[in-house]
Amino acid sequence: MLWSIGKDSTALLWLVKKAFLGDVPFPVSLLDTGMEFREVYAFRDELIQRWNLEYQNTLCPPESSVDQTLPPAGRAAARKTEGLRQLIGQTGWRGVILGIRRDEQATRAKERIFSPRTPTGTWNFRDQPPEFWNYFQTDVPDGEHIRIHPLLLWTELDIWKYTKRENIPYCNLYLAKDGRRYRSLGESNITFPIDSTAETLDEIIAELESTNAPERAGRAMDHESEDAFERLRAGGYM
Amino acid sequence: MSGLTTVFLGHVDHGKSTLIARLMLDTGGFPDGRLQELEAASKRRGVPTEISFLLDAFQVERDQAVTIDSSRIWMTTPKRTYAIVDAPGHKEFVRHMVSGASEAHVAVLLIDAHEGVSEQTRRHLMLLSLLNVGQVIIVVNKMDLAEFSQGSFDAIAAQAEKILTHLSLECRGVIPAVARDGDNIVKRSTRLPWYDGPTFLELLESIEPLQRTVEALRFPIQDVYRRGTTRILVGTVEGTGLCAGANVIMLPLGNAAVVTKIVRFPENEEPARDGEAVGIVLDRPLFVDAGHVACAPEQTPHVASNIAATIFWLSLNTLRPGDKVRVRIGTSEVRATVAHIAQKIDVETLEFENADSLQNGDMAEVQLFTESPLVVERTPGTTLSRFALYQDGIVCGGGVVTGVPDALQERHASSNVFSEMHLVSAGARQQRHGHRSGVVWLTGLPSSGKSTLGKRLEQELYALGWNTYFLDGDTLRTGLNGDLGFSGDDRRENVRRVGEVAALFADAGFISIAALVSPNQADRERARQACKAGAFVEVYIRAALEVCEERDPKGLYKRARAGEIPNFTGISAAYEAPDEPDIIIETAELSVPECAQQMFDFVRNFFSGAESRRGPREYELSNLATRT
Repeated sequence: MLWSIGKDSTALLWLVKKAFLGDVPFPVSLLDTGMEFREVYAFRDELIQRWNLEYQNTLCPPESSVDQTLPPAGRAAARKTEGLRQLIGQTGWRGVILGIRRDEQATRAKERIFSPRTPTGTWNFRDQPPEFWNYFQTDVPDGEHIRIHPLLLWTELDIWKYTKRENIPYCNLYLAKDGRRYRSLGESNITFPIDSTAETLDEIIAELESTNAPERAGRAMDHESEDAFERLRAGGYM
Repeated sequence: MSGLTTVFLGHVDHGKSTLIARLMLDTGGFPDGRLQELEAASKRRGVPTEISFLLDAFQVERDQAVTIDSSRIWMTTPKRTYAIVDAPGHKEFVRHMVSGASEAHVAVLLIDAHEGVSEQTRRHLMLLSLLNVGQVIIVVNKMDLAEFSQGSFDAIAAQAEKILTHLSLECRGVIPAVARDGDNIVKRSTRLPWYDGPTFLELLESIEPLQRTVEALRFPIQDVYRRGTTRILVGTVEGTGLCAGANVIMLPLGNAAVVTKIVRFPENEEPARDGEAVGIVLDRPLFVDAGHVACAPEQTPHVASNIAATIFWLSLNTLRPGDKVRVRIGTSEVRATVAHIAQKIDVETLEFENADSLQNGDMAEVQLFTESPLVVERTPGTTLSRFALYQDGIVCGGGVVTGVPDALQERHASSNVFSEMHLVSAGARQQRHGHRSGVVWLTGLPSSGKSTLGKRLEQELYALGWNTYFLDGDTLRTGLNGDLGFSGDDRRENVRRVGEVAALFADAGFISIAALVSPNQADRERARQACKAGAFVEVYIRAALEVCEERDPKGLYKRARAGEIPNFTGISAAYEAPDEPDIIIETAELSVPECAQQMFDFVRNFFSGAESRRGPREYELSNLATRT
């Protein structure tokens, strides 16, 4: 399972613990660009201890190794894509569980819960398998892998309400400090806080119930060109 | 997850994505900055601002102005949140439409006022009915192209309502609209003064999800965890809750048990509610595997391997009778044969018509023979009433159980009937006889050598000291099957009876050898099901038709050629060769002793010793004396 240390994949980790009655029976990995916030790394180390996680850090290749025609803010995503490709190559993992959601971004809105990938990790979004009544295409052909998105139909608001109900830990960067907070956590150099006074979970929930601002507004990589995100995802980004 | 899930359907280009975007825009739900993005994207393509790009996010969708895959967007009104699903209209994307619509609480059907109800509209409505999405709002869109005419609107509304009634779908209202300009979407139109009903948003806000009646407990087992010596059965509760102390019946085996504990993380003692995923512990060491179901004893589902169903087919491969599929229902998965395609639904007339194959997007009544019994029920909307079909691991369709016909052939068709347990177990018989028991089924064309080889096999096994008995199809027709002729139905019944008798001999500890033409794959599958699991050997006695016809020891081919014997397999009736026989014996290429030796070696090896071919698994724990 990929664990970005953010609110979504941490809530997902909690669901895994529920499903396996307290255990996380597989390794979890961060695609590490070395550019996460200091607070994110600290939160990670604390939770590894507390939940006794089998943690595997995946160092992503340096920025100089990725496609230089990509807009600058998209290069971290390209590094992560390559890091994931290498991780799957090394481990031979046939399935990877991730915490992406449909309401984050318009091409993610077209994803499947069980999403097959070619050997190079690319996403054939024009021919996705049908999913209905909780039946999924779970077989993985040789050489391919499958991305599993259990939170696909959850919203940002669902995540926070669930985090509150279950008392799930989260990184304190999500709470407002000096009138600003992070709604979404990416690399520290390309992620920006929003104006907010939400200092508690209840205040975050109240804020989200009234806002029209998209969750990833503070993520520079989404906004460089119309097809920026689609190109990244078709190429294997999460 | 949250809110009212609303799916938008309709023929391609009738304006679904536009209506959704207009709804978002006029309710103030458009994300900040997105309108400017869409204006720029439209300008780049030299088209007027295209609000549908909000959902049609792929470059190819924008370039070709078409929705390819269903999308989901959330909208919040003062009343509640909506999960809005945009389903593609093109026929080739029916698979995506099904994905989008399967969990909807309400469907919105768009009809172009200029074009009226199309074939694709009817197909979508039929799918809705099958998917159990019970209520529909109809929007007659592009009223500007019909000159805002009340007459055109009334005609389309009447036509659409008639179809809904035919399909038992509830019509919640019909609204004339121009989605692009926002007429009657959120704001009342001034161009349609004759319409005094609600706007689309007003109507949508008044919809409530159809109440699902809470049924008796079903707990399909997803997996079995071990904690020390404790076995925890995990799954998701459906129906009335489940608490410690509850009595359950474990199907398909039919054992009773008591739940001693509900296990969850973090731990607590509360009863498990409908929809909750938990673990349970039983009071006794039963054999339980993924796919079994814990059920309320007072109201159990059916255990069946012969299932009537209405299916939708989503594969580019043509489906024909005799084709193999895998059926997933609840947490269970088995191989099955599509025995008959009874009736296909004609999309033009919505009536059933005879059919012998299904194409992508078709819906039909079919009969499935599963290789081992499934736990199913007919209550609409329940997990055990609906299934998915797979071929080679690919999802190729789905369907709902409509019946478990042919109750005579169902071992446990009646919920409360279970096979009588013997006091002498199969294991005890096996130990005394020194070999496993089972059925050797010889199939092939007339005169291919089945009886000759069957008799020799009986002789050789007997010489080995084994218990064996040869059942010859022709001989049985003089007694047990003396009342049967050679019509299609009679031939199927003939094969069924021989299959049952062979299975009884196998139960008694014998190797029964059945030799009969048995030309249909589905009938042979049924014989395999009659036999206990892993103890049925299908032997294909193969020889070319010309070879058999030349042998013709009883002169039957000659008579068939002369037209004296109708329905003669190989001449005037088809022979379906086995797809995956356990062994093929080539009688045209090898001598009789060579063929006999080959078959003997295989059978002796197969039934030797105590180990089941499927491996030991947990059979020591099992209570397999109750045959399934």
